[in-house]
Amino acid sequence: MTAAEYHRVPRIIGADYDSPIARTLERTWETKPGIYGWISSVDHKEVGIRYLVTSFIFLILGGCMALVMRLQLATPNESLLTPEQYNELFSAHAITMIFLYAQPVLSGFSNYLFPLVLGGRDMAFPRMNMFSYWLYLAAGLFMYSSIIVGAVPNNGWFNYAPFSLKEYNPGMNMDFYALGMVFLGISTTVGSANFVVTFLRMRAPGMSINRVPILTWGTTTISVGNLLAVPSVSLAFFLLWLDRRFGTHFFKPEGGGQPLLWQHLFWMFAHPWVYVVVLPAMGMVSDALPFFCRRPLVGYTVVVLGTITTMALGFGVWLHHMFATGIPFLASVFFSGASFVIAIPSAVSVFAWIATIWSGRPVMTCAFLYFASFIVMFTIGGVSGVMTAAVAADLQLTSTYFVVAHIHYVLIGINLFAVLGALHVWFPKMTGRLMDEKVGLVAFWIIFIGFNVAFLPMHATGFLGMPRRIYTYPAGLGWEATNMLTTVGAFILAVGLLTYVINILRSRSSGALAGPNPWDGGTMEWATPSPPPPYNFPVVPTVASRHPLWEGRIPEGVGRSEWRNGMALDDGKEALATTVLDAQPDAILKMPEDSPAPFIVTLTISAFFVGLLLQLWWLAGAGGFATLAGLLVWLWPERELEQRAGAAQ
Amino acid sequence: MTRFAKIAAFTVAGLASAAAAPGAAASPMGYLNADGQFAGRILPLLWGLFILSVTVILVIAALVIAGVARRARRAVIREVPLVDSHATAWIAIGVGVTTLILIGFVAWSSVTLARIAYPPSDPALTIRVTGHQWWWEFRYLDHKDPSQSFVTANEIHIPVGKPVRVELQSADVIHEFWVPSLAGKTQTIPGQTNVTWLEADRPGVYRGQCTQYCGNQHAHMVLAVFADRPDSFEAWRKDQLRDAPQPNTQETSLGERDFVQHCAACHTVRGTVAEGKLGPDLTHLMSRSTIAAGILPNNPGYLSGWIANPQNLKPGALMPDLDISGPDLASIRSFLLTLN
Repeated sequence: MTAAEYHRVPRIIGADYDSPIARTLERTWETKPGIYGWISSVDHKEVGIRYLVTSFIFLILGGCMALVMRLQLATPNESLLTPEQYNELFSAHAITMIFLYAQPVLSGFSNYLFPLVLGGRDMAFPRMNMFSYWLYLAAGLFMYSSIIVGAVPNNGWFNYAPFSLKEYNPGMNMDFYALGMVFLGISTTVGSANFVVTFLRMRAPGMSINRVPILTWGTTTISVGNLLAVPSVSLAFFLLWLDRRFGTHFFKPEGGGQPLLWQHLFWMFAHPWVYVVVLPAMGMVSDALPFFCRRPLVGYTVVVLGTITTMALGFGVWLHHMFATGIPFLASVFFSGASFVIAIPSAVSVFAWIATIWSGRPVMTCAFLYFASFIVMFTIGGVSGVMTAAVAADLQLTSTYFVVAHIHYVLIGINLFAVLGALHVWFPKMTGRLMDEKVGLVAFWIIFIGFNVAFLPMHATGFLGMPRRIYTYPAGLGWEATNMLTTVGAFILAVGLLTYVINILRSRSSGALAGPNPWDGGTMEWATPSPPPPYNFPVVPTVASRHPLWEGRIPEGVGRSEWRNGMALDDGKEALATTVLDAQPDAILKMPEDSPAPFIVTLTISAFFVGLLLQLWWLAGAGGFATLAGLLVWLWPERELEQRAGAAQ
Repeated sequence: MTRFAKIAAFTVAGLASAAAAPGAAASPMGYLNADGQFAGRILPLLWGLFILSVTVILVIAALVIAGVARRARRAVIREVPLVDSHATAWIAIGVGVTTLILIGFVAWSSVTLARIAYPPSDPALTIRVTGHQWWWEFRYLDHKDPSQSFVTANEIHIPVGKPVRVELQSADVIHEFWVPSLAGKTQTIPGQTNVTWLEADRPGVYRGQCTQYCGNQHAHMVLAVFADRPDSFEAWRKDQLRDAPQPNTQETSLGERDFVQHCAACHTVRGTVAEGKLGPDLTHLMSRSTIAAGILPNNPGYLSGWIANPQNLKPGALMPDLDISGPDLASIRSFLLTLN
């Protein structure tokens, strides 16, 4: 073929959602019915919703674990749980919330929203997108199957060596965690690569990188972070598995290994991970808070720069989790300084949100209440983090309930509050129906009060010196009152979340119809019907500002955005690639059809990991071989996917 | 409502922290008060950070609440106000102030760290702490005269007003040595020796606990530091150097025989053939106030219960239930009660 055959100038047409081209696109892009269709779907909206539903189920499971633990800790010398049960519960709770809820829920929003807010038709790699979901589900089920065999990971989510080694932990508990994390790491890596490429190349023409919503900046930033951080934890868990299965000595002092090496490898990943589970959430607040303040976000550019700076600095602070390990003075001071400095880009966001509220006209919706209280929760989680950045103070604060309170303000205050607010905002887009505001308001207040009753006094439990991860405690140390409060608060929080879930389920079938743009939002997703059709936009939109739907009402950008007239890409599944910075049209991409390959390869990878776990080497071998063969079939070049001039031209 | 909820929550936290302040009696593990040099030098920084944090939270909360209360509305009105370009001044001012405060605290934090890096004077005494699942071994080291070294468990005595060098090791997994009223935490890591120090300002008993999760009975790995006046410390030290007394009744000599038979694989009693290293040294068991790593009072009743059925009192502890017969138990107990 000659180069000319790859070139084609698409025709420019005017089209809306009931034009003939829309019907053609509907047939081309829709997910086929039936189980086969469900398994084969690669629609980013389908992926996003599956991520959201799955992560919410994990949230509920992890929450139930927390309630059982809170019963055990409500009073001194409680004997509801055995120590082993408690140790497995707190480990499984953390693994569930941190790895199977907090990041996947944000992947869900990002998968759903990326192509919509960027004015595209799908993610850059749709099959890889569904692959990352299947892998996440499989890795989650893999780790949860430890419950069935009664060998749940029991060493906390830090999993410090040498307690994780076979000598001290002979059961399969640690093998589930070690292999499960390597497994989950594949999903995270695949998903991250997809977000980065989508962000860089799949934006609508004209949507230069200073016009994209903050969520996409947040998710792209953390995706780059993931690509750098996940190898560290995958390596750590792989070495741990080698130590356990084959008697290597990476973490065994007897063979010249270093237990401290584990802490370095783990925290080099796990500290950046803290930003991974908050930056996209902060992005959603930065994008949606302005809808309810009736103005654009104040300080877009500095907020974006702050997001990137936070991630970059996030790689230079891991040692602040290790101040009590006997590290040298100078290293402590350096990492302490870096940990203080990382508060500055976070302060940028806080003041940007406050300025947006002050210079806007707040609308008291449920979503707004979540976002406004999020700012305060964010500040509480932030300043308690700054307290632990001071090495000397941290030598007292670390490993006590103060740190437990801190991480819950980060994970619930910054992640969950943003997620609950964001769901109020985008649920209508996903389902076409609004969540009930009255029930939502009741849920908000119960959640807000329950959360703060549970976790604000927990800081005091920390000041009173209660170590974390103890299954019981004696009376007389002053820990009774605050522990009881925390338990009461946890149950209030659970009632609130239950109310929230009931609201979702009711609104899904009987909520008020939302229409395309219930909040009068300014970004591209609100130009689509609710729910959007599989192809998102009938023609390729052209974007002239950060808020295409607010043009004419605010002075922003040059010229007008246009989504009713544009390039018609209807020769099969097609999408437009644009240039990295300016989003100039660059190439017409042939997008892959639905395919069962991601699901099948996930099954073979699962067989590989199950084989490794059970030491059924034949199964591991067969699974590994089938995975390679499956990838080969999946990635075999298809003439269909080559770029070529359309027959119609 | 927002304001009320927040104020209520802060009051609760404030009251609880205030309860921590007035003294060790109310909160033996609290660290917003201090009885030693190491902890005392951290204290101003800790309070400084705490007050800063509460102030920042209150200011931000007030800004949010005021911003909302100013012109909040109930419904979306489909008009978008003009972009107010002056609003970015908020960010400049807020971030500027934040940066200045943070730089100040970096300096304060670094200076504090320098002040706790070393004790105020050369330590008079070195104690080697070895973390075990789930108890503490303490070896008083005397490099010049090894005959002055001795071993004890779960309780240490130190002379008040004198710095003590603490070397930290582990026999198995990572533990963390912490006596909040005296000093911050340091991990005991197998394969390396960490160093910290203690100095008590006042005589007293200071509770400590392992704070690095180390397995099943991590919750029950307690220690106590007795800060004694120099003369009583010296008396205690002299006592600890002695071997166990020879049994002087038929019952206690029978008890020694039974003890050696059932217990010597793991426990040492100096002056007998019991030289096990897996469990705590029991040579001066009765000089300690607690047993089972600080979780039970040391009296004949608990002692019998512990020997008969440790797994019931501390499930998962490495001391097994030995099915010792009633008469053997009684004689072992009578022997142990002589170990002053």
